[in-house]
Amino acid sequence: MENIQNSISEPVSEELTLVRAAKAGDIQAFEELVKRYDRNVFRIAQHITQNREDAEDVVQEAFLKAYSNLEQFQEQSKFYTWLVRIAVNEALMKLRRRRPERTVSLDQDVQTEEDSIPREVADWSPNPEQQFTQAELRDVLSKTIQGLPAGFRTVFVLRDVEGLSTEETAQTLGLSVPAVKSRLLRARLQLRERLSKYFKRQADGENER
Amino acid sequence: MNCSDFLKELTDYLDGTLDERTKSELDEHLAWCHNCFVICNTTRKTIEIYRDSEVYELPEDLRTRLRSAIIKKCAAHKHSKGGASEK
Repeated sequence: MENIQNSISEPVSEELTLVRAAKAGDIQAFEELVKRYDRNVFRIAQHITQNREDAEDVVQEAFLKAYSNLEQFQEQSKFYTWLVRIAVNEALMKLRRRRPERTVSLDQDVQTEEDSIPREVADWSPNPEQQFTQAELRDVLSKTIQGLPAGFRTVFVLRDVEGLSTEETAQTLGLSVPAVKSRLLRARLQLRERLSKYFKRQADGENER
Repeated sequence: MNCSDFLKELTDYLDGTLDERTKSELDEHLAWCHNCFVICNTTRKTIEIYRDSEVYELPEDLRTRLRSAIIKKCAAHKHSKGGASEK
């Protein structure tokens, strides 16, 4: 079976050169790092906060925080995972501020195993995404992932969308590897269940909208 | 192996991180269990769709605006600290 995990494979030495230059005060070197990862940070932030303005703020705050704390960056780890950790924390803070009435915690299981038991077992159309326009598809995917608890959403995004390894995801979020695996499985199964409503094969070949 | 055992291993199965023996047990289960076969395929598709569909892309104009704001703030920070390398 094909390995579906993707990863960011940047040459580490080149990146370290940029980080060291930025540490020494070279702002252009830091700008290169911003260009390299701003899209990733934005995606992660918007997935967690589910709010465009908050995501924009998180991008700015995360990079500024990274810049002003560069000295604390340990070169044994990847700059990207260090940056993601800062961004995730900023995004969770935004979420807590916006939804103080709801507990937003990464280390809390807010659901029971029941929520992840597959009920929908109808197969999907061969290329379900092609039955929607880009805008419709984005809308479906965005609405679907919004329904997941923040902790599950965050693990899914880091692991499956951004391509961090299970170990990197665990380190970034301060969770154990089994905790990441458990959340990832449940996130994947719950998204699958909800997407089935849109993507399942219809008897007459027509998708319900 | 029953369906519930299969589900427990699904994440490692999809990520290709299982040992050969467990993987072949799962393959065998998939060969006769249609429900697990469908769940496995549609879960894989779920991951692929999220990974490939660019749900939240950063538009170029916003990207440029954010980057210039970041660099401006970093420069101000550097100025106030007398350089990023000094505390």
